[in-house]
Amino acid sequence: MVEFETLKDLIKLAKERKCKIGEIVWEYEAEVEGVSKEFVWNKMVKHWDVMKRSIENGLKENFELPCKIAKRYAKKFLKGKKFFLDDFMSKVVARALAVSEYNSAMGLVCAAPTAGSSGVIPAVIYSAAEKLNTSEREVILGLFTASGIGLIIANKASIAGSEAGCQAEVGAAAAMAAGALVELANGKPEQVDHAVAITLKSIMGLICDPVAGLVISPCIKRNAFGAVLAFLSAEMALTGVESLIPADEVIEAMDSVGRLMHPDLKETARGGIATTPTGERIREKVFKEGSLEPK
Amino acid sequence: MKRVESIFEIIGPIMVGPSSSHTAGAVRIGRIAREILGGKPVKATILFHGSFAETYRGHGSDKAVVGGILGFSTDDLRIRDALEIAEKEGLEIEFKTVDLGEEYHPNTIKIVLEDSSGLKVWIVGSSIGGGNIIVTEVNGFEADISGDYHALITIHEDKPGMVAKITAILAKYGINIARMKVSRVKRGALAFSSIEVDQEIPLEVVHEVEKVEGIKLVRALKPI
Ligand code: SF4
Repeated sequence: MVEFETLKDLIKLAKERKCKIGEIVWEYEAEVEGVSKEFVWNKMVKHWDVMKRSIENGLKENFELPCKIAKRYAKKFLKGKKFFLDDFMSKVVARALAVSEYNSAMGLVCAAPTAGSSGVIPAVIYSAAEKLNTSEREVILGLFTASGIGLIIANKASIAGSEAGCQAEVGAAAAMAAGALVELANGKPEQVDHAVAITLKSIMGLICDPVAGLVISPCIKRNAFGAVLAFLSAEMALTGVESLIPADEVIEAMDSVGRLMHPDLKETARGGIATTPTGERIREKVFKEGSLEPK
Repeated sequence: MKRVESIFEIIGPIMVGPSSSHTAGAVRIGRIAREILGGKPVKATILFHGSFAETYRGHGSDKAVVGGILGFSTDDLRIRDALEIAEKEGLEIEFKTVDLGEEYHPNTIKIVLEDSSGLKVWIVGSSIGGGNIIVTEVNGFEADISGDYHALITIHEDKPGMVAKITAILAKYGINIARMKVSRVKRGALAFSSIEVDQEIPLEVVHEVEKVEGIKLVRALKPI
């Protein structure tokens, strides 16, 4: 029986068996649900298909955000002249924006770990696989790695903005993606730990403050930020940069920070940018005039 | 806090955006109302409480609940056009906002459904995060339905031995009970039970329970 409570457990198992973390998580899921490994694999492939389609649709499909205050930027960003980011990073950002925009407009997405943070993992994994020429098998294993990390975060801390702020949504998504990146690049299991720790430390305490309570601002752009952060942490870990604090302890810290966080900063839209003068004005416009009817 | 076991609660569900709680959760609550009604509704009154009352339009919760009432699942793109589809199907809908009181979860919906025979079902359900829901009231009875399991719902006369008879039928078919809730409004009048089980409930079970004297309503729900 494959059992793990912490990232340390997962890493130990992977080292003992000389395999990837993703393979352990794959086996765990089959056991815990009492189904075949093949069934689990095919289910993940289906989830990956939805992720890929959400990138495509987010860049292509003709849709509007369900709010006149917000525009779509994914395509514009992709085409715009860049001063600092290279082609690769620009694509990562555009793809994260695309999925998040598509999500806001009631598109079909795969929550990862939530709908609000659903842009990070598709953008990161898709772009990395494209660059490294990764086989589909390795990509799916990477998604298992990511979900194993997410499972630990969910049970030791939270993956809900209403419980622990955005560190638990975009933060968790970025940590999951960073860990998967390390495995896609054939890094060591310990490097997964460092990548997760570095990510969560960087985003520790991020509040959830959606303007007018809608999954638009700051959510969409935060997905792009989460995607970039995942590459940054993974690259650091892969070059041998280590986190002083192990990931499991960072996750515990994230949990206690989430508990200390004032309810106004946890999805209630009663703090942060939601209550800035502009944020309040948008809320009023949206709700009093009912100008929000999605097209 | 509920322990997450399956990784597909982390990567997944596949759903129509934008919000796990305000969209996917709303679909599931609507769907449970429909399943308890048991047939095609002709009239739906949807009351949004708390945060739902403030943000239901922006999150598409209105379309999501109606989608659920139409029988759609969380990943059905027809949710986007649920209001138009409802109109075409002759389902009359009324949206209202309501203050149910402090003791209710901020993301709570009350749904009243009616079919063409005049059968009326009303439920109160809360979306408690990540697409998870809990239905806390059915026709005024206290309930506890998560939508994660197969469940047998009954409304019956409040007299000794009723629940034992129902669980005996489940046992006869080898069905294992996971969670159970029994409640009543007034002693000796009507009572309600929701029994969440591990296996799919065959139609035979429903028919057998229906035959128990004093049973007013039986429904077998599937995980949603
Ligand atoms: S700000 Fe809140 S709603 Fe938006 S992505 Fe972050 S946690 Fe989700």
